[in-house]
Amino acid sequence: MSKTEEVFSFGDAAARNAALEEEIHGDTMVLNVGPSHPATHGVLRLRLELDGETIVKCDPVIGYLHRGEEKVAENFTYNQFIPYTDRLDYIGPIHNNVTYALAVERLAGIDVPERCQAIRVICCELARLLSHFIGLGCYGMDAGALTVFMYMFTDREKIYSLMEELCGARFTTNYTRIGGLQRDIPDGWLDHVLKVCDDVEKTNELCDKLLTRNRIFYDRCVGVAPLSKEDAISYGVSGPNARASGIAMDLRKDKPYLGYENYEFNVPVGTNGDSYDRWLVRVEEVRQSVRIIRQAVTKMPGGLWYNDKATKIFRPRKDKVLSSMEELIQNFMITTEGPELPVGEAFFEAENPKGRQAFFVVSKGGGVPWRLRIHGPSFSIISALPKILPGCLVQDVPVVLGSIDFVMGDCDR
Amino acid sequence: MDWMYLLIVLVKAVVVVALVMAVAGYAVVGERKIASWVQERPGPNRTTVPILGSIPVVGWWLRRMGFFQLWADGAKFFFKEEPTPAHVNKLYFLVAPVVAFVPAMAALSAVPFGQYVGSDGVAVPLAITNFDVGMLFVMAVSGISVFGIIMAGWASNSKYPYFSSIRASAQLISYELTIGLALLPVFMWTGGTLDLFSIVREQGGVVGGGVFGLPKWFICIMPVSALLYLVALFAESNRLPFDMAESETDLVGGFHTEYGAFKFGLFFVGEYAHMTLAAILFSVIFLGGWSIPFVSMDAMPVGLLGAVVSVGVVFVKTVILMSFIMLVRWTLPRFRYDQVMDLGWKILLPLAVVNLAVYAVILALVEG
Repeated sequence: MSKTEEVFSFGDAAARNAALEEEIHGDTMVLNVGPSHPATHGVLRLRLELDGETIVKCDPVIGYLHRGEEKVAENFTYNQFIPYTDRLDYIGPIHNNVTYALAVERLAGIDVPERCQAIRVICCELARLLSHFIGLGCYGMDAGALTVFMYMFTDREKIYSLMEELCGARFTTNYTRIGGLQRDIPDGWLDHVLKVCDDVEKTNELCDKLLTRNRIFYDRCVGVAPLSKEDAISYGVSGPNARASGIAMDLRKDKPYLGYENYEFNVPVGTNGDSYDRWLVRVEEVRQSVRIIRQAVTKMPGGLWYNDKATKIFRPRKDKVLSSMEELIQNFMITTEGPELPVGEAFFEAENPKGRQAFFVVSKGGGVPWRLRIHGPSFSIISALPKILPGCLVQDVPVVLGSIDFVMGDCDR
Repeated sequence: MDWMYLLIVLVKAVVVVALVMAVAGYAVVGERKIASWVQERPGPNRTTVPILGSIPVVGWWLRRMGFFQLWADGAKFFFKEEPTPAHVNKLYFLVAPVVAFVPAMAALSAVPFGQYVGSDGVAVPLAITNFDVGMLFVMAVSGISVFGIIMAGWASNSKYPYFSSIRASAQLISYELTIGLALLPVFMWTGGTLDLFSIVREQGGVVGGGVFGLPKWFICIMPVSALLYLVALFAESNRLPFDMAESETDLVGGFHTEYGAFKFGLFFVGEYAHMTLAAILFSVIFLGGWSIPFVSMDAMPVGLLGAVVSVGVVFVKTVILMSFIMLVRWTLPRFRYDQVMDLGWKILLPLAVVNLAVYAVILALVEG
């Protein structure tokens, strides 16, 4: 029996006493951080072994937020599962909607019109702003700068108001549908988006000025918990964390979807992979996201916002349902039995704000997936914690956890 | 005669403690208000009381300013359950909050808040008592309060408070040295007196001349000392960016993790009382106490009016300094523990020694 197992086997009194004896007389001390601890942003639990205040070993314990999303998916139709995707990476929920819809659409072999794509791009980038703003804000808060968190949260609320205008819900958006969207964008929404973009940009610059060159913050972050390029690749780390480690990997550039190849934006890449680089990369990504949103708003094409050819997948419009027999039957079938998808399997990965989010859908026909596999970026970076945390001090833990910006809903699923 | 003297001292003590407690209490509300203004939000603005709150304009304004919030916060501490966890050392656990709180109050007994100039022209300090070693007493007594934190961390028998108490003790030792060395030039300047009243009397008048005239405050005469002392005060009163003892992002609540209700309240008020004490001390030693810039000590009003003016001046300076301390908290991130130690031992302490040497040479040249 390994030592870790001994500690966790609570039923075995002898093992427990041995572990206790080891802790009292041994050289190291075990500190339990979480699952309810202000630094862990959710229900991550870290079992730290300390020598003085220096961490010698770190065991992340995950699963406190496991809801069995993959199994749930097998019991719901494709459209019914969309609200569940909100709860994956619940910091930028609308991006999960989009990724999931794109995965199922790939299985169905359908495309969406340009207008729908542009709207989805705006949604994705707004989700990125949401995610990065809470990531940066919490990072600042973990370093002791609570004001940065408040500034960023104020602007997140503005983005939430945009979401509310778009789909009625602020947080769990449930906006996309297979083959289209829940509804078209409301009148004047694009102007509001531009206005919020200005605010977001201003706040981002403000917080950049407040913290990036701040001596205390600089000292807290530079050289703390560096993740080397090789380690990042071997742990499967993706997204801003991988880019901070020097891997120029961005699925929006590498495997463009939603017409991302038509937008101009840069991919910031770090050099050291330490906490400071992770901060810089996210600050720059906010700027690039705002750039993409501005382009999408100016180029917003007209036309339909759903695929009108995919009659067996996307629900017909209400006015047609009430006036035509064919549409009425389709509406009934899609609502009760789900969209009709072909037999087969499809894999789709997209650049979620936190990294590579992937859905693997296996269908045996009908309206319910036979198997749905979800890959979340937070799982990869949390699995890299035992590699990067040893050697840090206890006080570095919040900074490191803030800098890698994970969300447990995405990790545990 | 004897009991009369005792009564006067007692009345003075009650007045001072009541005033300082009020200031410390309202510092809590002030802190919340300043934080909210920094962070662009309204802050506490809902709490109100039946009669006072319904006065037409004033009541509304007091409610918006969070004036009654303190009463609600204070009452909450009284009415909450008093938990004492089973795994703690009961005696030390109960004594710790008192040890953390009392020194702040005790130290105030030697601090002069103003002066009273009688008809005979002799200035009398307005203090509970005025020692000739006042400063030494204040430093010694206020240093005791860290034992409250150490005891709390040890008695809690829990890992996070334990970390906190170790950090607090190490931090206090490091920064006490800096405080002592930063203050030495001041005492050398005043001819070796540790009497706070004489130190303030020394600061009346102007240094330099013409348009370059500055008030003869020690912050203008020895700015490095003032800076060192200010930084050390942050560390001494456990304020961000030096709040290692209760850095809530990694130590949850630090030494008071296991505390609740009124025992926590004592820690909490004690912290603000320490901050008030620190602000008063800084304004007395470095900001000229009750001296008004460009007004000589002899031209100050006399009698009862003079007493009120002098206390008012100290009060204003204290409030400004406390607002500054609060603004810093809501602006800067927090140091890491080893960086606090580095700063204390590798930068502040050598700087304090050099500063002391420079002023020793200057004074020797001036006097010699």
